[in-house]
Amino acid sequence: MTQLALVIDLNVCVGCHACVTSCKEWNTSGAAGYLSDDRPYDADPTGCFFNRVQTFEVGAFPDTQTVHFPKSCLHCEEPPCVPVCPTGASYKRAEDGIVLVDYDKCIGCKYCSWACPYGVRELDEHQKVMKKCTLCVDRIYDEKLPERERKPACVLACPTNARLYGDIHDPDSQVSQAIRENAGYQLMPEWGTHPANHYLPRRKTVIRIHADELQRADNPLKIDGKLPKPALKEPSLDDVTSW
Amino acid sequence: MTTAATETAAATREVKTTTCYMCACRCGIRVHLVNGEVRYIDGNPDHPLNKGVICAKGSSGIMKQYSPARLTRPLLRKAGSERGAGEFEAISWERAFALLEERLAKIRATDPKQFALFTGRDQMQALTGLFAKQFGTPNYAAHGGFCSVNMAAGMIYTIGGSFWEFGGPDLERAKLFVMMGTAEDHHSNPLKIAISKFKRDGGRFISINPVRTGYSAIADEWVPIRPGTDGALLLAIIHEIIAQGLYDRDFLVRYTNAPQLVNVDPEGARHGMFVRTEMDDADRSACFDPQDQLWWDRYDNRAVHTRSAGADPYLLGEFRLEDGTPVKPAFQLLEERVREYTPEWAAGITGVPVETIRRLAHEMGVTARDEKIELPIAWTDSWGVEHETVTGNPVAFHAMRGLAAHSNGFHTIRALAILMTLLGTIDRPGGFRHKAPFPRPIPPCAKTPKGPEGVQPDTPLGGMALGWPADPKDLFVDENGKPVRIDKGFSWEYPLSVHGLMHNVITNAWRGDPYRIDTLLVFMANMAWNSAMNTSEVRNMLNDRDENGEYRIPFLVVCDAFQSEMTAFADLVLPDTTYLERHDVMSMLDRPISEYDGPADSVRIPVVPPTGECKPFQEVLIELGSRLKLPAFVNSDGTRKYRDYPDFIVNHETEPGSGIGFLAGWRGKGGEKFMRGEPNPRQWEMYARNNCVFHYRLPPSYQYMRNWNQGYLEWAQRARIIRYGDPVLIHIYSEVLQKFRLAAQGRRPGRQPPEHLRERVATYFDPLPFYYEPLETRATDTVKYPLNAVTQRPMAMYHSWDSQNAWLRQIHTHNYLYVNPGTARNQGIHDGDWIWVESMWGKVRCMARYSEAVEPGTVWTWNAIGKAPGAWSLSPEANEARWGFLLNHLISEELPGADGTRVSNSDPVTGQAGWYDVRVRIYKATEDEPKETWPRFEPLEPYPGMGRVRRLWQAFVAGKREFK
Repeated sequence: MTQLALVIDLNVCVGCHACVTSCKEWNTSGAAGYLSDDRPYDADPTGCFFNRVQTFEVGAFPDTQTVHFPKSCLHCEEPPCVPVCPTGASYKRAEDGIVLVDYDKCIGCKYCSWACPYGVRELDEHQKVMKKCTLCVDRIYDEKLPERERKPACVLACPTNARLYGDIHDPDSQVSQAIRENAGYQLMPEWGTHPANHYLPRRKTVIRIHADELQRADNPLKIDGKLPKPALKEPSLDDVTSW
Repeated sequence: MTTAATETAAATREVKTTTCYMCACRCGIRVHLVNGEVRYIDGNPDHPLNKGVICAKGSSGIMKQYSPARLTRPLLRKAGSERGAGEFEAISWERAFALLEERLAKIRATDPKQFALFTGRDQMQALTGLFAKQFGTPNYAAHGGFCSVNMAAGMIYTIGGSFWEFGGPDLERAKLFVMMGTAEDHHSNPLKIAISKFKRDGGRFISINPVRTGYSAIADEWVPIRPGTDGALLLAIIHEIIAQGLYDRDFLVRYTNAPQLVNVDPEGARHGMFVRTEMDDADRSACFDPQDQLWWDRYDNRAVHTRSAGADPYLLGEFRLEDGTPVKPAFQLLEERVREYTPEWAAGITGVPVETIRRLAHEMGVTARDEKIELPIAWTDSWGVEHETVTGNPVAFHAMRGLAAHSNGFHTIRALAILMTLLGTIDRPGGFRHKAPFPRPIPPCAKTPKGPEGVQPDTPLGGMALGWPADPKDLFVDENGKPVRIDKGFSWEYPLSVHGLMHNVITNAWRGDPYRIDTLLVFMANMAWNSAMNTSEVRNMLNDRDENGEYRIPFLVVCDAFQSEMTAFADLVLPDTTYLERHDVMSMLDRPISEYDGPADSVRIPVVPPTGECKPFQEVLIELGSRLKLPAFVNSDGTRKYRDYPDFIVNHETEPGSGIGFLAGWRGKGGEKFMRGEPNPRQWEMYARNNCVFHYRLPPSYQYMRNWNQGYLEWAQRARIIRYGDPVLIHIYSEVLQKFRLAAQGRRPGRQPPEHLRERVATYFDPLPFYYEPLETRATDTVKYPLNAVTQRPMAMYHSWDSQNAWLRQIHTHNYLYVNPGTARNQGIHDGDWIWVESMWGKVRCMARYSEAVEPGTVWTWNAIGKAPGAWSLSPEANEARWGFLLNHLISEELPGADGTRVSNSDPVTGQAGWYDVRVRIYKATEDEPKETWPRFEPLEPYPGMGRVRRLWQAFVAGKREFK
């Protein structure tokens, strides 16, 4: 069975927010739109986003890591938001595992957002329905789009290609390989939600220089005379002993 | 899901390509339209620059296009209203042009320098520079002087190329990548693409930066450093590279002036100059470097012409010519220079541990030496030597404003370029790669007029407004050594100010030093806010009157697409279009989008009609040029030559029949030529059909080693990219700088600096890089002001442009001052407290935020988030105005100079604004103070023609008249 998901590579995410606004842009005029903005030009603007980047620091100076952490609906395999929905608006698709909200059935009761441990559902105060990432379900099956572009908008936008997209149940998919080979992990697995989206951790490359790598026969200082023989007149044993 | 999709199914859908302008990166975009409205902007997958990706700004173009801050009508300040109050009446374009025509014609006929044109954009200089030159005013520049001119000048005067538009790190092949200082924004998407691939390919990424954000976040190692001390670090690394013999000797011998013999006779008039065998350098007019210097041959132990057959020069040593002249190879002088710059010395200055400095040097040197790349590409060098391969030493660097925006930045960047050269990485795989039209001679050929005689009524300027001095005789000064330009560019105060000093224009014009001007035209620069140093005072200057009650700057014209703090001060506001509404070119005559593998230029083509009465600034210049009968814009009989900007772009040639125009692609009558060729009437169509971009890939043998690549240089000469095909040897040792020093020491005939500047020029025009504390630090009581304060630009915003963007402002609604918790606690400051930040020059109230990702001696914030109340069409209550703050209030545009004079707060070599030199202290605001930023300003009201409707909420759905 297919389970579509995003795998987000924190090793290369620079926190540029391309995924945040490209998502907003695609979806506000798309099938899951609109995505409203309150007080767009006033104090405390706030709006509906399907995807946000949180930035936090780990560790104390100077051993600090700055982590940019994009977060959207994780399309859990056991989504806690679905059983709590009183109208059946919140559902998980059997064919591809995408968790969606049927706006026609949604009554905006927020049970699902209380149930979601990841805080990725946002109630649109104006349309009075719960909104969230659809994995751009209106793009990924659109045969009018070239095949390359049948991907979520955030995936196409991401300048560092930190967002991989595919079927995590297909062991040969790019996302499955990425999870397997790079210690991909789920958020809060202890909740038993089996999030489909995974994250790839930071990986560190080091170069170790051994001391003897600085000792070289072809050191150019030999040519240029900076490792010269001592001058004849420099003190030597010949000055002090006759054996 | 609703039925939104079906509702719009019947709508008209189109996709048009153009070039983004949400920042200066210039990605290719596809604009998807529904019923003529922008529905979606994505990256163009067929564009060489961004290859389909797009950033947060580019993805928010819709909110820029439909922003309520858009200006839509020409506006004239209401009679009797104060500048800055923003009280305007809407006028017609005809009236606006008539006003300008009358005023500017009078200026041009009397004293053209009374008109100053300064632009925030430096990627339009081909046209803005042409206009200024044709007008005849020397008073023109773009924003480079307060951005990164140190990067351009420091590198171009050393390697004949620079980072950003003209070159960059080859991360495709690099194994070690070192990024220094804030550099996230130049260039944005290509660098993100490259860093990600580089990391995934197993490359090692080191970031040297006081702050760990952005790209530094994903570095394998973060090396925190104190701001303004990068030069010390680089010189210590050079020390260690030389001490360990980790330099690429072969590269230095073949391709640099390192082995050339310098006259070290301390009494001689030619002290510090290369010994030459032919004519004296005073007679040289060409801008290439004749190859008539000497080496000291190791085999014959005597001086020989450089590159004598069979000779091999000493890089180190001290010799005596037959006539007794003592000489040393330039490299010996470098070795002597860095001898005292030990890692131990640098550790105390930079805060970087000694062992880290040594390790950095070893990682760089050993990687360059032992991880060599050999590409199977045969090429021939300028001396006819055939090489079977192109060699690469895969250590790449990148830096921009973090290094540049200090008053010691020029020498810091010289040190960086020299380090890159010692490692043998210039225009080689895995190192630094040039982009056309670079490399260029050192320095490039363009020159300003040499004196006031270059400025004549009703006559084009007798030279370029900006140039590249090679010699004191190239300065733009009068017989007393006084500046001709309003910003004092190319004077003895800032001799190599190759991008001008936009940051001093208003202050100088206000004070009348060197003179007053009549009209200042500012395009797209927020000089009354985040682009000004000393913002509060500059605002007062803009509104100040002389003893006769006249404004000190009598006429102020601002062209911009948005209402801003600056437009409020204008007498005349010209509403510009957005990038989606205009034709534009990224020209080879300017800063094109070239790739490492060859020249590329690109265009913008309108995808939506102009809003209201908006007119592209390009059209304004063509119209004014025609009305003023500037020679380039009219026929010989004085009639208008070009219908409009697109017509100008197609038909303008740099001189009649030159075949060189603004666009390099699809030239020739049928579009069959490129680089040079007759105008092609269908050139725009051909760009439109080709993703708005022209990209010529050089043959592989011309893609590397271009400073000394015979094939490339000949090709470039034939394509008229360069006048001379001579090799561009790297200037480890800068004779150009030494010429200025000798003049200042009174040891060189010809132009001499004014007495009060002699010591300054002699000190800073050192032919080898040296470290000195930033000028402001030296003028500051660092016990009282112990902290460095710096800014950087968030990746989701570009300058002040994006607070009017409803989506982007939700990402950065106000800014904090980020403080290391240890530093904050020492002052009793808690996370989130309101505090005062105070410099010698002023103070600002803001909120503190703890951060472990900043070194303890530095505080920092995002630039340009803070706004004046009501500006950018935000409510006066907006967070940007109440909580957001500008650090600019703490930064002076001037420093005390010698003998009671004032000098720009800038690098004494280049005039680069020293933004990042300011020293501050922080302390808690008292409980009874208002919880809002200070200083405060009067709120601005919307102007005529701006959207007055304040929506409580909005939702954009394309194809439905913009907003639901």
